[in-house]
Amino acid sequence: MLETLVDAFPTLALLAYEPPGWGANLLRGLVNSIQIALGAYAVGLIIGTAGAFGKLNGGPVTRDLLAIYTTVVRAVPELVLILILYFAVTDLVNQGMVAMGYARVQISGVAAGIAVLGVVQGAYSTEVIRGAILAVPAGQLEAARAMGMPPLKTAWRITLPLMLSNAIPGLANLWLIATKDTALLAIVGFAELTLQTRQAASSTKAFLTFFLAAGVLYLLITLVSGVIFGRIEKWARRGQRGSGAGS
Amino acid sequence: MKFLITTVSALVLGTAALAEPVKVGIASEPYPPFAAPDAAGNWVGWEVDMIAAVCAAAELECVVTPVAWDGMIPSLTSGQIDAIMASMSITADRMQTIDFSDKYYNTPTVVVAAKGSGITATDEGLAGKIIGVQVSTVHQDYAQTHFKSAEIKLYQTQDEANQDLVAGRIDATQADSIALDDFLKSDTGACCENVGAVADDKDILGLGVGVGLRKGDDDLKAKFNAGIAKIIADGTYDKVTAPYFASSIYGG
Amino acid sequence: MGAARAARQRGRVMTDASLTDSAPPKFWLTHRIIMAVVAALIVALCAFTLRWDWLPKYLPLIGEGIWRTLWLLAVTTFFGFFLAIPLGLAQAAGPWYLAAPARAFCTIIRGTPLLLQLWLLYYGLGSLFPQFPAIRQSELWPYLRQAWPYAVFALTISFAGYEGEVMRGAFKGVPGGQLEAARAMGMPRLTILRRIWLPLAIQRALPTLGGETVLQLKATPLVATITVVDIYAVASRVRQDTFIVYEPLLLLAVVYMVITGLIVLAFRWFENRVPSRVA
Repeated sequence: MLETLVDAFPTLALLAYEPPGWGANLLRGLVNSIQIALGAYAVGLIIGTAGAFGKLNGGPVTRDLLAIYTTVVRAVPELVLILILYFAVTDLVNQGMVAMGYARVQISGVAAGIAVLGVVQGAYSTEVIRGAILAVPAGQLEAARAMGMPPLKTAWRITLPLMLSNAIPGLANLWLIATKDTALLAIVGFAELTLQTRQAASSTKAFLTFFLAAGVLYLLITLVSGVIFGRIEKWARRGQRGSGAGS
Repeated sequence: MKFLITTVSALVLGTAALAEPVKVGIASEPYPPFAAPDAAGNWVGWEVDMIAAVCAAAELECVVTPVAWDGMIPSLTSGQIDAIMASMSITADRMQTIDFSDKYYNTPTVVVAAKGSGITATDEGLAGKIIGVQVSTVHQDYAQTHFKSAEIKLYQTQDEANQDLVAGRIDATQADSIALDDFLKSDTGACCENVGAVADDKDILGLGVGVGLRKGDDDLKAKFNAGIAKIIADGTYDKVTAPYFASSIYGG
Repeated sequence: MGAARAARQRGRVMTDASLTDSAPPKFWLTHRIIMAVVAALIVALCAFTLRWDWLPKYLPLIGEGIWRTLWLLAVTTFFGFFLAIPLGLAQAAGPWYLAAPARAFCTIIRGTPLLLQLWLLYYGLGSLFPQFPAIRQSELWPYLRQAWPYAVFALTISFAGYEGEVMRGAFKGVPGGQLEAARAMGMPRLTILRRIWLPLAIQRALPTLGGETVLQLKATPLVATITVVDIYAVASRVRQDTFIVYEPLLLLAVVYMVITGLIVLAFRWFENRVPSRVA
């Protein structure tokens, strides 16, 4: 079965795991992509949670600064932000190190990629989490306050569980954006899946085969994530009316 | 304080600041026969071997680091890499921003076009045609200065320009003779032929290819110069070159 | 349902910004004045300490680049939206043999990076076409050998994929009573679609359209990787010609922010003109 397929489309043999196949390269790229997406997503969630609380409870200056951050990041293409942050951040770190009398440091591609995409993700998560917190019924919080619950306990026991179910669809979507945005790091020469694919394709001239194969890999990430986030959403909505219907 | 910063940077940045190996930048796009990834994911080619030879002679510990061609100089100045060995020609324009070691190779520039197209490597020969060149290279500069009657299309990599020449999207491309010879020898290059070298213009085409370095990194420059001189003197240069090219490409 | 909500969420993320931006009762509070002064200082610092001497030389190119970016944005959102209507309708109400392909199309477009789609079309298909002499000699070849048709095509189907998902939710969200009433009045099915269902669905999708258009704008610079000379490509050219790293990128950021601002304003104006009869 597989052999007849390879006979019909000889370029499929190039996808084999062992050299001369390029499969291992693609998988390495995939691992890099997932690693960066996970890191950036985590950084984004941290920034997003802090940002959402800052926007809701912060002073006027905090709120305005956060508004500038989210507006700018969402108005400028990720590609441009990546280029600016990728060079500017590493440059600033190094200038700081040199100014303090230390040797230059090399920032690994993975760290830089996570930092850059994390800042972009943070702006979107801020809005998603802020919206989810706002959607928590005020009565629930008033009830908690009336019972004399301290604010931190209210946040942990009431706000967080209630907002989670509101936030998950948006957060699931952000995860998909994170995985797809890793492709943009190909532009700065980072060997994630898209660049590995590109290199394999240019070296073998089997463009269609490799780009389609990479497409399948990205699609797999999307579909698997969809299933996982569906489970999480069901879990987060447990005990709510009409749970499972997802409406 | 010093300890704290070193520890933090070691944690955050993955590598300690001291005893750093020299990161040598190459273009992250295939540029055979100088540097291209193989199916196992290793970078191979003449320039990769040359990096190893020069670094060994200069007693430097080098790490080959692929960087996007168009971000090469910013990567050097912002400190992501310490040296460039990516077939970058020594030109006056670049010298304003970065420094160069002595040259380590120099080859003529040629134009390649579809077989039987009647194109020549002159302004008249290219009039009304589309010529593709790699962005931010001496070839872009040369084409824009000398081929004013042609339409010039810019590519991020020479490989893309070659690909579009095969696909018929451009009529000709101009690049280093060796890189184009390699392309012409490949299966896809069968479409096309070398239509000759361009008239020399030292101001634009530069003085050969050297190691790009940050301005002020004079220690490293001296080491690279010594390394290059040493491998040429002791025959290592020819030994590295022999598997790739019939004759030396050090040039005059 | 989850996907449709996610699609709407994608749009909502953008519209939320307009909420926070809308002027509070008193805009010029003391801290805002200080922030404005700081901002003005930063701008002045950028203007005087950074290198802008390249600007005059590249001004014509920059103008052309902005024009091409806007042109790409307008053309691809327009065609993309018209593709999205049948895609959404097929998924919301079509028979399975229409719904399944439409759904698969949207999933694939939304599940893979646009950069990959663009390269697949330009390098993949583009390397396939010239192998057929029939295509090479056809009248289409002068277009197929250029880069912009691939850019337009890729951006159009991308927008259609995302907006198709939005339209699916919009078609489904039209209150059933409206359609039942129309049916009870004896309206033919096509007339119901044209007069009731489609206008109501578009009205529901309208608030997200602004956000989707901004996302589309942010996708346009990818076409620079296939040799289309948009504003992003012009800025790259400046960077590569002059070795100036940050200034062209800053200019780019400002240009995109201005265009985004204009899009947001245009859609706000447009939404106010369309009376929202859907209570």
